[in-house]
Amino acid sequence: MPIKRVFEGSVDYLQVLDEFGNLDKKLEPKLKPEMLKKMFELMLLTRTYDDKSVKLQRQGRLGTYAPMLGQEAVGVGAGLALQKQDWALPTYRETQIYYIKGVPLEKIFMYWKGIEEGLKYPEDSNTFPFAIPIATHLPHAIGIAFALKRAKKKQAILTCIGDGGTSEGDFHEALNFAGVWQVPLVLLIVNNQWAISVPRSAQSASKTLAQKALGYNIPSIQVDGNDVLGVYKAVFEALEHARSGKGPYVIEAITYRMSMHTTADDPTKYRNNKEVEEWRKKDPIDRFRAYLKKKKLWTKSYEDKVMERIAKQVEEAVAKMEAYKSDPHDMFKYVWQDMDDNLKEQMAEMDMLISEEGSA
Amino acid sequence: MKLTMAQALNACLNQEMARNPNIILLGEDVGKDGGVFRVTEGLFDKFGKDRVMDTPLAESGIVGASIGMAALGLRPVPEIQFDGFSFLAYHQVISHMARMRNRTRGRFTLPMVLRIPYGGAIKALEHHGEAIETLYAHLPGLIVVTPSSPYEAKGLLASALESKDPVVFLEPKRLYRAFKEEVPEERYTIPLGKARIAKEGKDVSIISYGSNTPMALEAAAELEKQGINAEIVDLRTLNPCDWNAVTDSVKKTGRAVVVHEAIRTLGFGAEIIARINEKAFYHLVAQPRRVTSWDTIIPLPETERYFFPNVNRIKKAVIEVMRE
Repeated sequence: MPIKRVFEGSVDYLQVLDEFGNLDKKLEPKLKPEMLKKMFELMLLTRTYDDKSVKLQRQGRLGTYAPMLGQEAVGVGAGLALQKQDWALPTYRETQIYYIKGVPLEKIFMYWKGIEEGLKYPEDSNTFPFAIPIATHLPHAIGIAFALKRAKKKQAILTCIGDGGTSEGDFHEALNFAGVWQVPLVLLIVNNQWAISVPRSAQSASKTLAQKALGYNIPSIQVDGNDVLGVYKAVFEALEHARSGKGPYVIEAITYRMSMHTTADDPTKYRNNKEVEEWRKKDPIDRFRAYLKKKKLWTKSYEDKVMERIAKQVEEAVAKMEAYKSDPHDMFKYVWQDMDDNLKEQMAEMDMLISEEGSA
Repeated sequence: MKLTMAQALNACLNQEMARNPNIILLGEDVGKDGGVFRVTEGLFDKFGKDRVMDTPLAESGIVGASIGMAALGLRPVPEIQFDGFSFLAYHQVISHMARMRNRTRGRFTLPMVLRIPYGGAIKALEHHGEAIETLYAHLPGLIVVTPSSPYEAKGLLASALESKDPVVFLEPKRLYRAFKEEVPEERYTIPLGKARIAKEGKDVSIISYGSNTPMALEAAAELEKQGINAEIVDLRTLNPCDWNAVTDSVKKTGRAVVVHEAIRTLGFGAEIIARINEKAFYHLVAQPRRVTSWDTIIPLPETERYFFPNVNRIKKAVIEVMRE
């Protein structure tokens, strides 16, 4: 009996705009100037509030924070590809997707300051707060996608995971369910090369992370994650695929975490600065600015004006965060629908102690 | 109609699924096979594959997907095949199922019922007979229920299927087919968070729940012949727990014996006795006793009968507290 081949698979790589500003005209998504400017402005906003967050943390005005520097294009490209009715479950390093889904900036700041109210998102924002235990939100995305499919709505869900997260069991369980249930889900692997101190090479022997999808019979593609047009195109088309009932899709965006994992670690301990400098040349914002300039959509005064507006917006959000006063009673309020006698008693005990101790 | 607990649970699911189209059963072998304990038997044929779903073999995926479904307004009822496998989903339960309401400040609640057959004494395989209730009762945000009879099972599950909070419904394996009981065909509910006095008495309070309540009742019946009038408090819900029912009973009798299948150290009985000490200490006329399994790894079937509480051990503990 001759040996027969029973499986073949491959993964394509997509890049629309490379780091030297070369554009593949055939692949260029047909976007209106307003949309292109929106992309640019959202990347600037992301970089600004991200930078502000690191500074606030250093001043003790914010808790531990996970910077997004260098990854602005991933969240912006993916977020803008979503439609209003779509769902999104990003991670803590794509908070711009929350913003795009309608979560006010101050909420994002509030959470990092340690205020639960920062996780109370607008009713119609179609998101969950991000999960801190890595990859644990991926099965939730399956359940959401199942519910969307069951309701026969033309809606899809986008969810994100890092390169490290692809090692988790929940990543594989979720993909397996997605394949079997054929749900409208797009899983975006944000491969930023580092999971705290563990490099991509030590995370998986897989040549690409995108190919992991093939094991679950899910199509996948790799995209330059610093190319906002590429990310937009890949996610847009994958969402179309999902919404039209063709099942799930996996995208691996290749990017780089230019900064720390969180403000609690020092990357110089575990990685070479030369590598960081190489990636600096691939900056998503510089590349896109050059593209807009060629299209005559960018001038210095335009960017200055945008930056002025963004600075004001960020300052206002920070002011709102700092003005918010948490109520310690809230920790009792959301355990169950109704507080039982035990909780009421403990809350009264806390009140008594607070009045004795005085509120700090 | 006289039903076993497995039949009563099945009747409940059947009735509730007909009332509420959003109820979806999912898990390993819950569909065509009707579940390894046959609790979902016949439901696949009646409600179809979209409401009684055989899933891939992945506990975290099952519970995690249920969380997403529940947030979008469905009422998933995931089944974990055996208690010993529930740990593969435990991170989903502790990090998300129990916390979604709190994390989203009430924006999302999770109206789901996680069914887990629990406990041993059925000569099951390794990892098939763990009394793991404390691991769930220790998590704020969950409602942890365990029924002690067929009648109780049907009424409590019906309430769980209407709960605004996520429920962990622990079904004592040894009671699935242990005995039959009259169970009304018409729908009824038993409120969550309320204990029941399974037998009134004045001399001593036996506090128990789930798998060991029938044994406590048996012990009490035998003790009655010796002139000891024991009261049985069946907790029904471990969290939020009806502590007043416990302390009221102990205030009345002055004596407490706690009976559960789980091991002793940090078992639920530790909390029961702590509550008694805090709220009814001066009513005690004897030291409280615990009748539990030993603080060991649960043995394989050959020696399991030496491990679990039994009627004799309960009687002995009661007689001891009566002597003081």
